[in-house]
Amino acid sequence: MRYTIDDRGFYGNFGGAYIPEMLHANIEELQQRYVGIIEDPKFQKEFHDLLKDYVGRPSPLYFAKRLSEKYGSRLYLKREDLNHTGAHKINNTIGQILLARRLGKTRIIAETGAGQHGVATATVCALMGMECIVYMGEVDIERQKPNVFRMKMLGAEVRPARSGSKTLKDATNEAIRDWINHPVETHYIIGSVVGPHPYPDMVARFQSVVSHELMIQMEEKEGRNYPDRIIACVGGGSNAAGAYYHYLDDERVRLVAVEAAGEGIHSGRSAATSVLGTEGIIHGSRTLLMQTKDGQITEPHSISAGLDYPGIGPMHAHLIRTGRAEVVSITDQESVEAAMELSRLEGIIPALESAHALAALKYLTLDSDETTVISLSGRGDKDLATFMKYLDDE
Amino acid sequence: MILKDRQSPALNIYFTAGFPELEDTVPVIRALSESGVDLIEIGMPYSDPMADGPTIQQSSARALKNGMSMEVLFDQVAQISEKVSTPLILMGYLNQMIQYGEERFLKRCRETGISGLIIPDLPPELYKMQYQEMFRNHQVEIIFLITPQTSEKRIRTIDELSDSFIYVVSDSSITGKSTEISKEQIAYFQRIQKMKLRNPTLIGFGISDHQSFSQAAEYSSGAIIGSAFIKRLDKEYGEKGIDEVVTKFVNEIKHGA
Repeated sequence: MRYTIDDRGFYGNFGGAYIPEMLHANIEELQQRYVGIIEDPKFQKEFHDLLKDYVGRPSPLYFAKRLSEKYGSRLYLKREDLNHTGAHKINNTIGQILLARRLGKTRIIAETGAGQHGVATATVCALMGMECIVYMGEVDIERQKPNVFRMKMLGAEVRPARSGSKTLKDATNEAIRDWINHPVETHYIIGSVVGPHPYPDMVARFQSVVSHELMIQMEEKEGRNYPDRIIACVGGGSNAAGAYYHYLDDERVRLVAVEAAGEGIHSGRSAATSVLGTEGIIHGSRTLLMQTKDGQITEPHSISAGLDYPGIGPMHAHLIRTGRAEVVSITDQESVEAAMELSRLEGIIPALESAHALAALKYLTLDSDETTVISLSGRGDKDLATFMKYLDDE
Repeated sequence: MILKDRQSPALNIYFTAGFPELEDTVPVIRALSESGVDLIEIGMPYSDPMADGPTIQQSSARALKNGMSMEVLFDQVAQISEKVSTPLILMGYLNQMIQYGEERFLKRCRETGISGLIIPDLPPELYKMQYQEMFRNHQVEIIFLITPQTSEKRIRTIDELSDSFIYVVSDSSITGKSTEISKEQIAYFQRIQKMKLRNPTLIGFGISDHQSFSQAAEYSSGAIIGSAFIKRLDKEYGEKGIDEVVTKFVNEIKHGA
């Protein structure tokens, strides 16, 4: 496959492991063991049993009739919002907690933006009886309160990240520092396809259950195992990686990556990394990121805490730079409008992150006989406060 | 060789460029040199210093707010480097070097009198593959870190690859945590000492006073102090002149008074 990782841990020019020596032993162990562990049939059975009975997979592929009528095309929603804990994030945390146990780790740390990955991590730690510490930006703790309570109820400790913009980037820095301080007993469950090799590939493999199901479900519904187009939002890019995975080298499938434009791409308050970003290093990986000429990482903005990140996974940087994926940028306002539209047309309240993917529909030329899958990565319960504010203004 | 053969333990002091105020870089370097430190490590302030603890993070954020940039930093170093005999090295992150342009960065180091670089997120494998030639051409040394988890084989590789000194991380921990030197740490230092590496070793992370400095020096060529110095500078800045703060701090570390 051309678009997956090479044996040095790179996607084209992007990826690698730019880590301090303090993390070398941990990262090297992961690099050497992750494929063997994941491909072990016993691991696969345990992983898929949990995905089926605990997460509730396969997630439905739903033909959105009224939405399709509105856009004059055949639109399907991949319902990751129906997973246990309300988003795709749990696919990865189930995989990583099983891996952590095989590595003999006893303590789990994670970063979180919207809180979905934090909740998914706290959940699997409760399930396995492991200590769990989640780093979350102070700003995000404030705007995603229900998820903070969920994590606490699940027995996790939520530690505020107070540096920088106090959002996802800073929570990730704090988690890395924790790992440097506790390298022996701790496994760091990264929530997206970011970070040093092998994380981007490892997380993509766990999330690839989504595109694997899509192949079966498309065959059932359309008589062929692929759609013409897949649309997914990209912050770090884990739900997009999962939805694209088995189609990466199938050029019949157009890949659309939707970024958060915040208040407008050039407003100074945006997270549109592919447009505003340049090549550099963030969180141990060479990729596209928003930075100054001096290499200082700049503070992003998005209404969606899950997309409020100044970088992008190296796989996506490669897909975008090679032209394999097309990028659409969606503003805060457009994402809220798309969430309202789906709620009223289909009776589904999407997460603000997923609403970005939905909002891209109006910018695409969709033929009436084409099939498009939109990754509905999460449900909107956590964003009710934001939606309520919007409804009040309406 | 950055550290010459020597009898007494070497003291390397780290400080963040442009801290507490933008124009303090030059006076701090001058004061450190005059007070007899053996090596000065200048921190390039970074927005996301993942290998640094809270003290250095905060000093970096403040320096950036003060307007510190790579150009300003190189200009400041150029002003003072010829006037001091103490070797100067830079500590920063790979992204800073990449954005400046690696060749241009190394050339500027050479021009301004920087003799070595500590780039914690540049692993030795990558250095060897992409940067070794470039560093050699510009005669800038690289300094690598080792930790209690670094295997003996890997330490040997690092020892072969560098020609300056090896930064021995005293504990697998972020800079700025001051704890007493433990039995495990001493065992680790002795293990490194017995390896008889070709490069001198400096112990860093968690060295904060005369006692920990002298203890570390028993097992190495000396030690590195960062956070403790930044804290002192921050605390006494304004009340006393930079010269006074620096001289007193260095004397305390070296002589315990």
